[in-house]
Parts: sequence; C-alpha cells; structure tokens
Amino acid sequence: MPFIPHTDTDVKEMLAAIGAPAIDSLFDEIPASLRIQSLAGIPEALTEMEVNRLMQSRAQRDGRPLNFIGAGAYEHHIPAAVWAIVTRGEFYSAYTPYQAEASQGTLQLLYEYQTMMASLTGMQVSNASLYDGASALAEACLMAVRANRKSKSARILVPTTVNPTYLEVSRAIAEGQQLTFETVAYTPGTGTTAASAFNAYSGQDITAVVIQHPNFFGLLEDVDAITDWAHANGALVIAVVNPMSLAILKPPGEWGAKGVDVVVGDGQPFGVPLSSGGPNFGFMTTRMEHVRQMPGRIIGRTVDLDGKPGFTLTLQAREQHIRRSKATSNICTNQGLLVTAGTIYMSLLGASGLEQVASTCQRRTSELVAALTKVKGVKLAFAGPRFHEAVLQLDRKVSDVIEALASRGIIGGFDLSRRYPELGNALLVCATETRTDEDIAAYAKALAEVLK
Amino acid sequence: MSSIPADLKYLDSHEWARVESDGTVTIGISDHAQGALGDLVFVEVPEVGKSLSKGGAAAVVESVKAASDVYSPLSGEVIAANDSLGSAPELVNQDPYGQGWLFKIKPSNSAELGQLLDAKAYEKALEAEGH
Amino acid sequence: MREPLIFQHSRSGRSAVAQYPHGEKADVPAALRRKQPPNLPEVSELQAVRHFTRLSQLNFSIDTHFYPLGSCTMKYNPRACNQNAMLPEFLSRHPLGPDSAGQGFLSCMYELQEMLKEVTGMKGVSLTPMAGAQGEFAGVAMIRAYHKARGDLQRTEIICPDAAHGTNPATATMCGCSVIEIPSLPSGDIDFEALKKAVGPKTAGIMLTNPSTLGVFERRIEEVARVVHEAGGLLYYDGANLNAILGKVRPGDMGFDVIHMNLHKTFSTPHGGGGPGSGAVGVNQRLLPFMPVPVVGKEGDRYRWLDERDLPQTIGRLSAFMGNAGVLLRAYVYMRMLGRAGMQRVAEFSALNANYMLARLKQAGFDAAYPDRRASHEFIITMKRQAKELGVNAMDFAKRLLDYGFHAPTTYFPLLVPECLLIEPTETESKQEIDAFIDALIAIEKEALEDAAKVKGAPYTLPVRRLDDVRAAKQLDLTYQERSG
Repeated sequence: MPFIPHTDTDVKEMLAAIGAPAIDSLFDEIPASLRIQSLAGIPEALTEMEVNRLMQSRAQRDGRPLNFIGAGAYEHHIPAAVWAIVTRGEFYSAYTPYQAEASQGTLQLLYEYQTMMASLTGMQVSNASLYDGASALAEACLMAVRANRKSKSARILVPTTVNPTYLEVSRAIAEGQQLTFETVAYTPGTGTTAASAFNAYSGQDITAVVIQHPNFFGLLEDVDAITDWAHANGALVIAVVNPMSLAILKPPGEWGAKGVDVVVGDGQPFGVPLSSGGPNFGFMTTRMEHVRQMPGRIIGRTVDLDGKPGFTLTLQAREQHIRRSKATSNICTNQGLLVTAGTIYMSLLGASGLEQVASTCQRRTSELVAALTKVKGVKLAFAGPRFHEAVLQLDRKVSDVIEALASRGIIGGFDLSRRYPELGNALLVCATETRTDEDIAAYAKALAEVLK
Repeated sequence: MSSIPADLKYLDSHEWARVESDGTVTIGISDHAQGALGDLVFVEVPEVGKSLSKGGAAAVVESVKAASDVYSPLSGEVIAANDSLGSAPELVNQDPYGQGWLFKIKPSNSAELGQLLDAKAYEKALEAEGH
Repeated sequence: MREPLIFQHSRSGRSAVAQYPHGEKADVPAALRRKQPPNLPEVSELQAVRHFTRLSQLNFSIDTHFYPLGSCTMKYNPRACNQNAMLPEFLSRHPLGPDSAGQGFLSCMYELQEMLKEVTGMKGVSLTPMAGAQGEFAGVAMIRAYHKARGDLQRTEIICPDAAHGTNPATATMCGCSVIEIPSLPSGDIDFEALKKAVGPKTAGIMLTNPSTLGVFERRIEEVARVVHEAGGLLYYDGANLNAILGKVRPGDMGFDVIHMNLHKTFSTPHGGGGPGSGAVGVNQRLLPFMPVPVVGKEGDRYRWLDERDLPQTIGRLSAFMGNAGVLLRAYVYMRMLGRAGMQRVAEFSALNANYMLARLKQAGFDAAYPDRRASHEFIITMKRQAKELGVNAMDFAKRLLDYGFHAPTTYFPLLVPECLLIEPTETESKQEIDAFIDALIAIEKEALEDAAKVKGAPYTLPVRRLDDVRAAKQLDLTYQERSG
C-alpha cells in the first residue's frame, strides 16, 4: 500500500484496541445513504518508476524554448545551493512555526528575510510574506484603508501602467469591502504616468495612490513627484516594485520628500523558478507606525526563560485565528518555502551581486531592443529610461507572430494588444542576465523570418 | 476573586464606568477582564472628539493570545484618552480602576446610566459566567 | 545548538562571486539611482550553505519527527512528487507562454481538475486559489455573486459554527458579509434548532467543516443542507478535514454547493514552514459560471486556458498567473501514485490511527472531549483535569512532548474545548510511532504528578527554552539593526 506502513498484524491489534470489527465500521456515523463504494473516475495507481516516465513525457512535450517574456515573472540564474537547501526535509516538510522552540530554523530565517526586505525597500518593517505580488497589492490596498484614518472614501488611484492583472486581482479581492479603484492614464508619448495626471483629483478624498516602478512597460516612473502629490493630498502611497530593480534603483522608502507608506511586489526574481507562475512569494514592507495594520505573519526576536535570544511569531492578535471576523485579513499561511529560497538567494548574491544581475539584465534588454528593432516591421514604442523590459510595435497581429516564433522554439514576449489596444500590435519583451548574445541573435533571426 | 469596586457601574462585557464630579464619565475594563486577558501588549484608545454610541466598539485591548473590543457603556463624545497606555499597556493589568483607565466621555444621554449594572449585579453576572 | 545571524557571518568585501554574471554597469538617471547599497550579508557560498543548513537542523519536520498537528494533516510528502514537479521543463515554463507551448503541463492540470471533481462529487474545479484561506474567499465570493446575479441583494449573512476555523469568519468579513455564529451541542454536532432560527431571507450561506474541527462527523448533514437550501442559502464546505472521508463520502453528495480543498493537507504537498498552500475550489452546477479564472479547458485533444472571455460572470482573478502551479503538479503526481484504491486507504488508515490513539489514551485515563463519538482522522483530548489538579496545562504537555522528540499536537484550538489538544496522526504513521507517542504522554502525566515544575519548565533539550511572547509583542524587534560587518 503506497505510503501506508500498517502490517496485517498492526491492523488486527489496532481494531481490537478500538473494539471495532473492521476498518469500515469506523465510518458508521456517516449516513449510509451518503456512502460511496469506489471512485470509478480515478485511474489505477502508478509506481514511482511509472509516474516518473509519465511526467518526463509530459515535460518533454513542453520542452525548453528560449524565453523572452517577463511581465511579472522573470527567468534568472538560480544558484544550485538554493534549492538543494530549500528541499531539505527540515524546511520542506515543516509547518507554520506555532511551536517556536521546535521551529527556530524557520523563524530565524524569516527574521533574516524581514531584515533584508526592509533594507532593500528602504522601509522599517516587513512581514514574513504573502501569496504573490498581485494578492499583496490587494492586501496593501485594504491595509491602506485601515491605516489612513483621515480618509473615509476607500478610493484607490491606480495608473494604467500598473500590471493590469494586479489591478484585476485587487478588484476581485477588495471590492467586497467597498474599495473603489480608479485608473489614471499614462502619457501616450512616453508610456509613463505624469504627476500632473493626478491633478484632476486634487482636493478630493483619496485613500491611496499606487505606483508601479519600473512600470508594466519596463519604464521608470516619476516616482518622487507622484509620491509628493499623494502625500500633499492626504493619500498614502503604495509602491509595487520588482525587488531585483532595487539593487540599482532608489528604494521606495526614499521616494519623494517622505518616502512611500507600503511596498509590495513579487519575490519570484530571487531564487524562485518560473514554474508556470507559481508558487511565488509576495512581499510587503511598511513604516513601523503601520505595523499593526499589516496582514500576514510577523516574526520577532525576544529572549527565552534563560535570557537567551530566540525568535517567535508576534503581533498575532491581528490575525484570523485570534481576531476571527475582525482580523486584518483571512490569510493564514505565508509562502515560507519560497521565502527560504529568496533569503538564500539574497545571501549568496549580496548587494553587489544583485547589482551585477540587475545591471546585466538592463544591458541585455537594451541589446535585445537594438537587435529586434533592426528587423523590418519592428519599432520601439517608448524611448525613455527603462529597467529590463521594453514595448515593441510590430507590423502585424501579435498573437500570430508569437505562435510562429513558438514553432521556432522561441517564446517571443507578452501580447499587449488586448490590455492596451491603443498601442496597436504591441509586444512586451524582456531579456535577463540568462540571455546570451547567441540567444538574442537567434531571436532576431527568427523574428526576421516570421515578419518577412 | 477579582476586585469589583462598589462605586462603579459595569457592563456584563466587563467594562466599568465612573461618574466624575463634573458629570463626565471615565471608562476602563474590570479587574476580572484584565486577568482573563493576561499581560496586555497593546491598547488602542479612541480619538478625542469621536462620538460614541452605547454598546459600540470604542477601544481595543490585546494580549499575546487574545484581542478584545472594549464597548462604550454610554453614548457621548470622547473628551480624553489615556495616552500613557501606548507605551505602558501593563498599567491596565496593574491598576485597572486607576492608572489603567482607557478614556473619558461627556455623556449625551444620562438615562443610559440607569441601564448599567451595579457592583452586585456585575458580581452575579461573573458568577453566572462560571468564574 | 544555536546559529548566529547570517549578518554576523558577513565581512565587507567577501562574496560568492561564482554566482555573479559578468560585470555590466547599469544606466540609470541620477535622481532614480540607489545611493546606499541594501544591508545584505557578504558571505562566501560555503558560509551561506553552512548557515542555512544549520538553521534547517533547528526545525522539527515530518521528515525528522512525528508531527500530529491537528487540523493540519502532516502526512509524508513523497519525494517523487517534488522531483517530478521540478523537472527542468516544468521549472522553466513561463506562465504567459502560448498554450501551444504548454500542452504537457496543461494536460496535468486538466487531469488534476477531473480527479478532484471525482473525489469531491463536484461539477467544476478551479485550481487558482493559492491557499485554503484564498479558496474560502473564492467560495464565499461565488456565493455572493450567485445571489447578486439573481437580484437577491439582501443575502449578506454567513452562518458559521462556533467551532469553525478562524479563517471562516475572517473570510466572510473580507467578502463584505456579516457572521452569524451558531453553537455546537455537547455531542459535537451543531445545534440544529439554533440553525433553524438563524436561517432566513438574509442568509447567503453556511460554512461548514465536516468532519468538524471537533474531530467528529456532522451526522445530520442532510437535514442541515435541506434547511439551508430551503431558506435560499448555499452550503460551503471547508475542506480542512477532507482527508478523513476521502473515497468514503463526497461533499457534493452531502449537498454542498461549493468547496475548497487544501492540497497541502489531503494531497500531501509540502507545508514548507508555513506555505505554499494550495486551495483549489470545486462547485456544483449552479456556481459553474462564477469560478475564479483561469481554468483549463479541453477542446478535442488540445488544452487551453479559459479566462474572462469564456466565463464572463467569473468572480475574477486571485493571483497574477494561475496560482501555485508547482504545488499543483506535486498534488497531481501524488494522486496518480495513490490511484483509485489508495485514495480510499487515506481515509481508512487515518481513521484507524486516530481511533486507535483515542482508544489507547482513554484507556490510559486521559479525557476525550467527545468520548462517545467515533474519531474522524483526528480527535480532542482535554487537559482540564490535569490543569486543575496538577497545575499542568495543555501547553505544558505540548512543550514537554518536544523534549520526548515529538512535535506537539495543536493546542487551544478549537477554542470551545478548554485545555485541549487536537491530535491528528495521519495515515502515514506506523503503529510503533503512535505507541511511542502515547507512551510519552503517559510518562509526562506521571512526571506531572511527581514534579509539576519540571513539566512546566519544558522544553529543556531544544535550541531555546520557552520564549517571552509578551516581550516580543511589546518591544518589537522585527529586523536586525546593525549593518553587515
């Protein structure tokens, strides 16, 4: 019996101790009319060898095409040490550290993670992670409503350069609590959001302003001016950032005169594989004054009975298992295993390693843009400063081009034409440090063939 | 047995109210309540100027393992809040009827006072709860 | 054993340079450039590997210890599930790549949806919720959307038993509903008369866990379903305890309209120190149009993502992509390895283990919270008597168990049983392991009789002794303040 250790003797002895004639009698409190006898639709069991063959064949069907999409999930080199440690049973098969004395490894790692994320984002405190970047933005908007006590409107302003899926997720999660999301258009020529675009809202009750930087197009926003506009108008500022970019970009804690109030994003670039989009981890950092409004697990350092330092879950009274219907969120788990990967990744790379990775990504994307815009029928949509993504405009329907590239082993980019019809046949491309000169040349050659 | 001063009024949700000589009312949580919660780690008091209605949530007290809303025994406007609890929430544990007071209100409906429990009735309520 | 913080291993100028790409310089406008580097450690690769390996050794885990944490289903996580989910092709697949380049992956997800439909008796499954709590959110949001679509706008009340997991009421609030709590009877069943009084024209639905968090099966479930449905409400099934009934009885047959499953419990994906979870939802016919997107569809022999264009009434998206895909792959492999018969054995042997433990503990003089009931896959004992007579409470027993080499059961949940330990052995534990745990509890009670202070001072053999939680919450120390050496 797969994964079940009982011998026939065990079963007999156990049933005798219970005083039950058979295992089936343990289910005698379930109404007989509801019982089922078998699960006809489930296939027969496979051995490990058989399941390995099956999964290898499924995996091979997808192969390993050359990837040039970012759009919220980025392919970076992952040091071998990261997942060798993450998949150690002591991390992999432990649970939420309710028994702190038996979970000091997980707890100390999370404390180190909180320290790293707070510093990277230029904020004072971090939680122990949320599900992903999109749901972290939703939680940040809910948090802003609690934290901005002067505002009664629960109105959130969101530039259209914020990842459109992040906005959809925020709506799905937060609209039940009467938050409203209003979009602010970007400047057509630049692909960035002008601070003056917010002037239409001056003097109104706005709870929070969201700024994604680099924005969904990969471009750098005027973060100082937008942050200052929001604070001058009584709104909190929520920054959505790619953590990798913070190795070279000014952290949100230093935007504008006062810095932002909440920072969220997806930690996937730090040691987490693409893996069809998950599991990733969402991060959230904030100012100390808002810590009690922050959702999710938080780890604190304290002392034990002997006065020696140790780590424990803290501020639990915010959470659902104590507050129930008045909790800051219904969130229960974090993404501990992925945070483990992220923390090891940050430790291996350090500040200078991250700077090298981020810088190389930016350079690679510039080279990609240069190579692809040489192809007839391709032009660059926005020329401003960017991190590691760019919007290209093609001379024909993007989805057809993507399919044609896929058949040549190249995942060419993210089709923007549905979300941003005003951009025409627009394609969002990305090259990280993992793309070589040869990779870029291969893409340019394939694109030239497709657009011929 | 917890202390239940005879000169105060109570709610069965464990708040106390003291009518001061100037007609304002000071509000806190009972000795029993602080004991049941354990060491408090955080207290959130209402903002001065806020208007409260009788029975509405007015403050929050938190220990490591529990969080509890504090309900206002009376309707009225908050005229003072005990800001020292921000840095010293343990005052509620140490002196629940004195330095551990939570907030003061100017009552808007004095008839509500008559609806509160006196010390005897509160003691009975505690017994009924099984303490 | 202790381990310094990674920052204390750090020295300026040290690095794991093999991990760096070849040097490039970024081109960033001065006003947007970072001025001071972040406070990250500067360590060698060996130092990092040794530090995090040592940290791992400070943990209890399923792979190292019996971990009978009630309500959490800490069963063995087969290594094959991890290995197959981490095949390089799966790891490198971008979530926004075209469906044509992901047929292998999509076929696994489609078959997973189908298998989950079969084991739960539901008509549709969406895999996107990223944890149980998000699955709950999706479920209640669908109930709200259903009533709204019918123009029945006043249904905003969600009924929860007092024994419910805290996420249930918290979820109802997140969905803009109010919570009506109904009591449980001394038998562990819900108070049916109170339920009848609670339902009405404002009832959106009821959230139930069955078997409940009290470790017993709700025997009048068919009547509960009838009463709620007749009042116009829907039934939500919290799948926290699905392990107990897998292949024996299905939520869909009990009358539930919408369910979530905790794949990290029932289908053995890793708990990972507190996540990732995975909270797939299942729905019956009437809630099909409202499922969260994306879901995998099959047209001929091709698989594709269905999105807002296919399901215009969807409650929307809950994650940036499609949820915890890698976790879903692990669940898929696990289900294929168990197969049809293995699925039923999950319920059988988890019930056998739980009922055996309960019988032996009762025999040893411990007090069961529901002594006349069958245990589901878990059960509650109460230490009320020991707390009163010996001054040794449930938490003291829990901490002392750590010294004996066992992770503690869940303590002080559910809230309505005083001094409780909620114990869930799971089907993957052997009789020997269970016997050793029972012997440890008996030994601790004996210790408590002889020397209560010894038990109250536990643990003694772990990296730290009991921690000052009050200090942790009052003097917040949430980040290390010194810069790396």
